[in-house]
Amino acid sequence: MSNQTANAPQMFNVQVDGVWHQFPKGTRVIEACEQAGSYVPRYCYHKKLSSPGNCRMCLIEMGLPKLGPDRKPELGADGKPVINWMPRPQISCAQDVAEGMGVRTNSPLVKECQRGVMEFLLINHPLDCPICDQAGECRLQEFSVEYGTSESRFLENKVKKPKNVELGPRVTLDDERCILCSRCIRFCQEIAKDDVLGFLDRGSHTVLTAHPGKRLENNYSLNTVDICPVGALTSSDFRFKMRVWFLKETKSICTSCATGCNTVIGTREDIIYRQTPRENDAVNSCWMCDYGRLNFDYLQSERRLLEPRIFLGDKFAAVDWPTAIAHAALQLKQFSGWEIAVVASGRMTNEELWLTAQLARALDVQLIDIVARTGPGDDILLSTDRNPNTNGARLLGVTSEPGAKLPVIAEAVKSGHVKALVALGENPIDFAISVEQLSDLPAFIVMDILANTATEHATVVLPSLGFAEKRGSMINGKGRLQRLNRAVRGPGNARDDWEILRDLLQALTGSNGIYSIDDVFRQMSEAVPQFAGLSLSKIGDLGVQVMQARESPPPPVDEASDIEKGEAKKPPGRSR
Amino acid sequence: MDYFLITTSLLKIVGMLFIVILPMVSYSVYAERRVSAFMQDRLGPNRVGPAGLFQPIADIFKLLLKEDFSPRHVNTFYYWLAPCLALVPAIITIAVVPFGSTLLGVPMVIADINVGILYVFAIASLGVYGIVLAGWASNSKYPFLGGVRSSSQMISYELSLGLAVIPVFLLVGNLRLTSVVRYQIEHGWMIAPFIGDWMNLGKWLLAIPMIISFVVFTIAVFAETNRLPFDLPEAEQELAGGYHTEYSSMKFALFFLGEYAAMISGSEVIVTLFLGGWHFPGIPDGSHGWIFGVINIAVFFAKVAALIFVFMWVRWTLPRFRYDQLMRLGWLFFFEIALVNIFLVAIIVAYFRF
Amino acid sequence: MAITVARPKLNWRERMYLPAIAAGMAITIKHFKNMILGRTKVTMQYPEEKWDSSMPEHYRGAPALVRDTDGRVRCVACQLCEFICPPRAIKIVAGEIPSTDRFAKVEKYPEEFDIDMVRCIFCGMCEEVCPEQAIFLRKDYAITGFTRDQMVHHKEKLLEIGGVMHGVVLKWNEKK
Repeated sequence: MSNQTANAPQMFNVQVDGVWHQFPKGTRVIEACEQAGSYVPRYCYHKKLSSPGNCRMCLIEMGLPKLGPDRKPELGADGKPVINWMPRPQISCAQDVAEGMGVRTNSPLVKECQRGVMEFLLINHPLDCPICDQAGECRLQEFSVEYGTSESRFLENKVKKPKNVELGPRVTLDDERCILCSRCIRFCQEIAKDDVLGFLDRGSHTVLTAHPGKRLENNYSLNTVDICPVGALTSSDFRFKMRVWFLKETKSICTSCATGCNTVIGTREDIIYRQTPRENDAVNSCWMCDYGRLNFDYLQSERRLLEPRIFLGDKFAAVDWPTAIAHAALQLKQFSGWEIAVVASGRMTNEELWLTAQLARALDVQLIDIVARTGPGDDILLSTDRNPNTNGARLLGVTSEPGAKLPVIAEAVKSGHVKALVALGENPIDFAISVEQLSDLPAFIVMDILANTATEHATVVLPSLGFAEKRGSMINGKGRLQRLNRAVRGPGNARDDWEILRDLLQALTGSNGIYSIDDVFRQMSEAVPQFAGLSLSKIGDLGVQVMQARESPPPPVDEASDIEKGEAKKPPGRSR
Repeated sequence: MDYFLITTSLLKIVGMLFIVILPMVSYSVYAERRVSAFMQDRLGPNRVGPAGLFQPIADIFKLLLKEDFSPRHVNTFYYWLAPCLALVPAIITIAVVPFGSTLLGVPMVIADINVGILYVFAIASLGVYGIVLAGWASNSKYPFLGGVRSSSQMISYELSLGLAVIPVFLLVGNLRLTSVVRYQIEHGWMIAPFIGDWMNLGKWLLAIPMIISFVVFTIAVFAETNRLPFDLPEAEQELAGGYHTEYSSMKFALFFLGEYAAMISGSEVIVTLFLGGWHFPGIPDGSHGWIFGVINIAVFFAKVAALIFVFMWVRWTLPRFRYDQLMRLGWLFFFEIALVNIFLVAIIVAYFRF
Repeated sequence: MAITVARPKLNWRERMYLPAIAAGMAITIKHFKNMILGRTKVTMQYPEEKWDSSMPEHYRGAPALVRDTDGRVRCVACQLCEFICPPRAIKIVAGEIPSTDRFAKVEKYPEEFDIDMVRCIFCGMCEEVCPEQAIFLRKDYAITGFTRDQMVHHKEKLLEIGGVMHGVVLKWNEKK
């Protein structure tokens, strides 16, 4: 955005449907029309991909200024150039705007073209809508209603093509539904850099298929499902689970790595059915990885902790929240300073980490850290840091170097110096503390989502909520403050993490005037300069840059160069 | 002899109460529902037993088994007393009414006292207490309004009731109800005194005030028993049921039964005073054989039943009066008519020397 | 604005009301008499007399799932009826037809199909919206049960009520 003010791009005057607008140089005509309020239907065009122009849905009437004998545009009565309309319709997706250009998006010719294209596209399309997962968000359905005719004139038999093909472990292909727009092919070439898809055969018999011996199994394969305008590519995970019109959509972010891709969580009646990426050019463009996208099943796991429990010498007892909190506070009060260790998590939100830091300060705890969590990254979106909020933990003083203090804590637990261990969303067994040592601890307080080996030996178990069940904020690897939103309600008696920590803090120090998560953020924004002037609602859906990236951010998805490369190569499609 | 009197009296009381009056009360409820249904082109209760004849029994069971709920804000003692006061006076009025001639030499009247009609008025007036107490003890506005309406209505119409009956005693010269019946057997029914003395002009003249007297008395009985068109104390639409709004279960049923018992006793008094009691032309009295005694009783109750039918007929035909109309009718018309009527009868009686 | 309705002027005969009362009494006794004599036509006596034989074709009774003449459950679990149902009585869980099945081409079938007849309002929207001619409102109207659970019609019950439907479009034929 700062680029634009620095060197203002050249602006072109363009007439769209009779009204003159100004667009910067390089704007595609289809985008210009959309900005001017005249949506042009399209199948093959995707703003983040190259334009092969093979669906022909975006046909418009176009014209350039009429030049006089002096090679200057002739001006009409209104002082604007007279437009010399081209006799044939043009595709709007493969053309940039030019000075004095004229566009008609709803002339009789354009409408006739749209009707004709729709009719051709639907010739071989099966009547699958009742069993098609795309139904409800299908461009073919939408444009058929808006631009097509309601009747078919096609009397011949439809072409039979392969159906229900497993294109990869996560993507199912139905070739009969495919309209050969080649979006998926271009995505694999340009974005995922895994060129496995292509078209075979000719004419009506053209089919989409994977390269022989290869499968569509890269970590970004489900994006092809998102961009498929029809139901040809569907998610095997979401297949037949729920119709899309039932889904309540909540804007949130993915918490599976430090990238923090913006997402839309689709839920119905407190069950998550799918996650789809949400456009945010500062973070994830239009994409997200399959790993993060499918990483929500654990919220419906059988192992969810549903009731707070305390260990009474010989057995666990399910108790109510005040009892559990009081028990935990009582145990913590017996020890102080170096006798207590706190293991927080890089998966916690800023609000929770802030309360954790408060708790550590109240107990004078020095042994506090988060668990570092890494995995192989790639240069598209997936970060090597698999903690979504490492930066938040650094900023709020919960850790200086993730995982650095963990060996010290493990050693102190082994030697018996640490008598009380507080594990927040982490399993101490992961960093070399044995089960015996845990069961020997006089106080071992666990706040977690799922039951694991550690929760079985805890003296207090506090069930908390998962990423889609709570509100809060996180700072991604690039230092962008983003917001989580509650998509579903938590199961059983599990409680919001910040409420648990707040209650624990209150039990230890008395009232602290926190009644809502907004209060937590307000306290935080008063204390942390990076958050000054912000509130949870001011973060907005797209986030706010609050700090410089500590780690070198993954190279941004460089669409421009890819598109150029894609254009340079012969675009896949019917022209092949 | 005393033992004989006590035994026969007890038998008459028990027989009258449990064999005649109480079944009659419950079946008049059934009859009301059937008659109203027929008049409205419906069928009415026809499910329980043959033609729905066991419906009253089912109703009683239902009412007994319902929760007997007393609101917390009521005055408990009067709240409990009121339903009893609604039913009891209506039933004990019947004690002085001769419901037959004689059966096996026993006179078919429970208590043949010489102030019979005064007793009827005295006891019937007690009925107002049931309603007033119910309205007051419920401690709730609709029952209270119902109670107030009822007391003023009853007081107003008791006047016409008393005045309308005086012509009868001008003729009979005696307050004993058996004497009234005897007089009618000898001189023709009160509404038709010319029977048997067809050529007597005085008797024909006498018939006019006697019929007026009968009509006024009957209408006053309608008002006394809170029957439509004078059922303002329990107007459902205005008062949500009036004095028995706060009652449930059997206590509610007692009010309901009390209304029908009052209707029956009122009919019996009308029959006795104006319609010849148990007498029917051509049927001799019980001294000619026990079968005639039984027939006399049957005749009496047939007349009562016919009158009850008229009560129902009127109820399902006429709409309810407005309260001011009711009061106007009572004080400005019936009172005057009854008063003038007394003079008329007195003049006729004095002139023709009956 | 209040409207004053002029009261009709009554003559003395009308003001006595007695003729009007007599006329009213005559009307009611006439109805009573006709009823006694059996001349009045009364409402159908439901449990003894039933309407079934004269029920019109368009009668909307219990919704039911039908099979076609091939024996296939016509529903493909598109869940449009679940969506359109005003009282939200319908609940569907979709399943995938195994590839070895005779009707594998259809791919999708209802694993569970529940209609809560306590909620159903017999509006017929499900029948109207169904793109597969799979759900029809049949003529069953006496739907009873002792518990709420018994009032939920499961798939088996719905198919039992529905039976086989003739004359529907067989769009999943192999030829199509």
